[in-house]
Amino acid sequence: MSTVIIDREKCIGCRACVDICPFDALSMKDDVAVVNEKCTLCRACLDVCPVEAISMPELATQAGTPDKETYRGVWVWVEQFKGQACSISWEMMGQGRKLADQRKAILTACVLGHEVEHITREAVAYGADRVFWADDPTLAVYRSVPYARILVSLVTRYKPEILLLGASMRGRCLASSVAAELYTGLTADCTGLEIEPDSGLLYQIRPAFGGNILATILCPEYRPQMATVRRRVFEMPVADAGRQGQVIPVPAELNEDEITTRVLDFIVEHEEVNLAEAKIIVSGGRGVGGAEGFKIIRELADVMGGAVGASRVAVDAGWISYDHQVGQTGRTVRPDLYIACGISGSIQHLAGMSTSRVIVAINKDPDAPIFKVADYGLAGDLFKIIPALMKHLKKKLGPGGERANQK
Amino acid sequence: MNIVVCIKQVPDTTEVKVDPETGTLMREGVPSIVNPFDEFAIEEALSLRQTFGGRVTAISMGPPQAISALRQALGMGVDEAVLLSDRSFAGSDTWSTSYTLAAAIRKTGPFDIILCGKQAIDGDTGQVGPGIAVQLGIIPLTYVSKINRVELTSAPGMIEVERMLDEGREIVEGRLPVLLTVVKDINVPRLVSISDIRRALRIQIPTWTAADLPGVDSRKLGLEGSPTRVSRIESPPRRASKVEMIPVDSADEAASTLIDKLRAAKAL
Repeated sequence: MSTVIIDREKCIGCRACVDICPFDALSMKDDVAVVNEKCTLCRACLDVCPVEAISMPELATQAGTPDKETYRGVWVWVEQFKGQACSISWEMMGQGRKLADQRKAILTACVLGHEVEHITREAVAYGADRVFWADDPTLAVYRSVPYARILVSLVTRYKPEILLLGASMRGRCLASSVAAELYTGLTADCTGLEIEPDSGLLYQIRPAFGGNILATILCPEYRPQMATVRRRVFEMPVADAGRQGQVIPVPAELNEDEITTRVLDFIVEHEEVNLAEAKIIVSGGRGVGGAEGFKIIRELADVMGGAVGASRVAVDAGWISYDHQVGQTGRTVRPDLYIACGISGSIQHLAGMSTSRVIVAINKDPDAPIFKVADYGLAGDLFKIIPALMKHLKKKLGPGGERANQK
Repeated sequence: MNIVVCIKQVPDTTEVKVDPETGTLMREGVPSIVNPFDEFAIEEALSLRQTFGGRVTAISMGPPQAISALRQALGMGVDEAVLLSDRSFAGSDTWSTSYTLAAAIRKTGPFDIILCGKQAIDGDTGQVGPGIAVQLGIIPLTYVSKINRVELTSAPGMIEVERMLDEGREIVEGRLPVLLTVVKDINVPRLVSISDIRRALRIQIPTWTAADLPGVDSRKLGLEGSPTRVSRIESPPRRASKVEMIPVDSADEAASTLIDKLRAAKAL
């Protein structure tokens, strides 16, 4: 496979490229950097080389979308579950509005479902100038094929410059199908989006490598530029019921006989607040010591009106179900407050929670890596600190205080 | 039943440490492993074969050393393995990767189920699985945590699975062939013994290049065919402030101090 090209004359042997390479593709030989076949052409080394000794192999020109200049406007897919719009989609609308304004273009919402006219009105209130509204029994529950078919058909006809989806489970699935069908670029799980107002080029920033690096991805020649964005990256916009917008009904593309999947049932997790949406998460790890130990974690979550999370160690040990697992192998969360109790902070755990707004770590081991990402650290016994926390929370917030605020 | 499993060789990100001084990755000596989610896919393929018979083929795209990932799949018990490796595949993004893998799967012959891990631990996109399904014109069912039922005798064959979504678990049935991406909850992958690996060493692993894939458009391969470009890679900004340690000599005082600080930070 091709690799980056290293100019042996220019290389000063500083090792900067060797240290940054995420793929172990660079090493030093005779004081000069050498590249091996693990190189994926990720470009990480190009930016760090102080003497520009590294270059890409002859860059192939991209074919691109033929009439790319004619693509205009920002679109957002509005996800709904059981007829209720998901908040992540309104976050997308808030950012979509900003991008559209910078580009002096209109913002379009795509609402797919059954008996979801109320969501079209909400979409306008949250900033849409135009709403495409597909309402059909076949669209009541998300299914990738009929949903993707409608989006592909609308994009092909109306040619948006940017298409954003929330990085929920459904959003990631739908975005992948649509991008594959359209032959365009898609960046998963972004934590930042910026636009170049003149060219419309979207800078899509995403963590990779278990959260160890941040990559900026571009889609220069293909349209639309597609991205899924993590929850709670962008602020929830304020709805304005007085806004005006155009609602355009569009037909479903497939009838039930043409759709080869059927959703038979849905088992909603009702035990606690759902992790992805939770503003506060209290998480337990190895230090919790057992299933019994999670009682106190649940109690604290309950007092705070939050959800219960867990590290992989706790889940693998069978102390709590997999649905609670936070991290690369579980769920990615981004609450306002994450309280890690007895969690050491492995890279795979950090990848799932390190972008939380405020992180509190409670751990007996003062050298635990979790303290590196925490805002507040308490190096002590969680079984002493949590009861004290609950006592003070109840006192300071009054009976039911914080809990009432959360609901 | 014919099953194809797509696997990726990845650096073991759990072994990566961050240099506390420079904030860069310390990659030295980090082993290459089979993407952990793909091990669940391999295991699921093997247990389906045990119930229904048939063949399991593992496919991987990558540099020549990715062959060791396929060796491990053979060690676990897959029947055959194919490596896709060619200079022209280098720099593929998820679109081109799906395109290339789909072409190879087509070449392996008729299939009932394609299995992938939910995502790879280096890229974390989860886009290649659904991408392959679209390229092949079959249904993707993502985040599968359980296969409830497979009916091969009906025409067409049917499958019923449980999927993990944000709000809970969805039970969905679909017509075969399908592509499933699987989560950790689905099974416990078997361990591979030395003798398994020895047996696997006797199995030939063909390497297919672009020339071996009938009908592929070379302009859609590798960096040239990839719509996305990486423009910049950096270490994530370290959190603005360093951790503030709260003394815990008295749990009571610590708790009170923490709550005051959290309220001041508007986190409560």
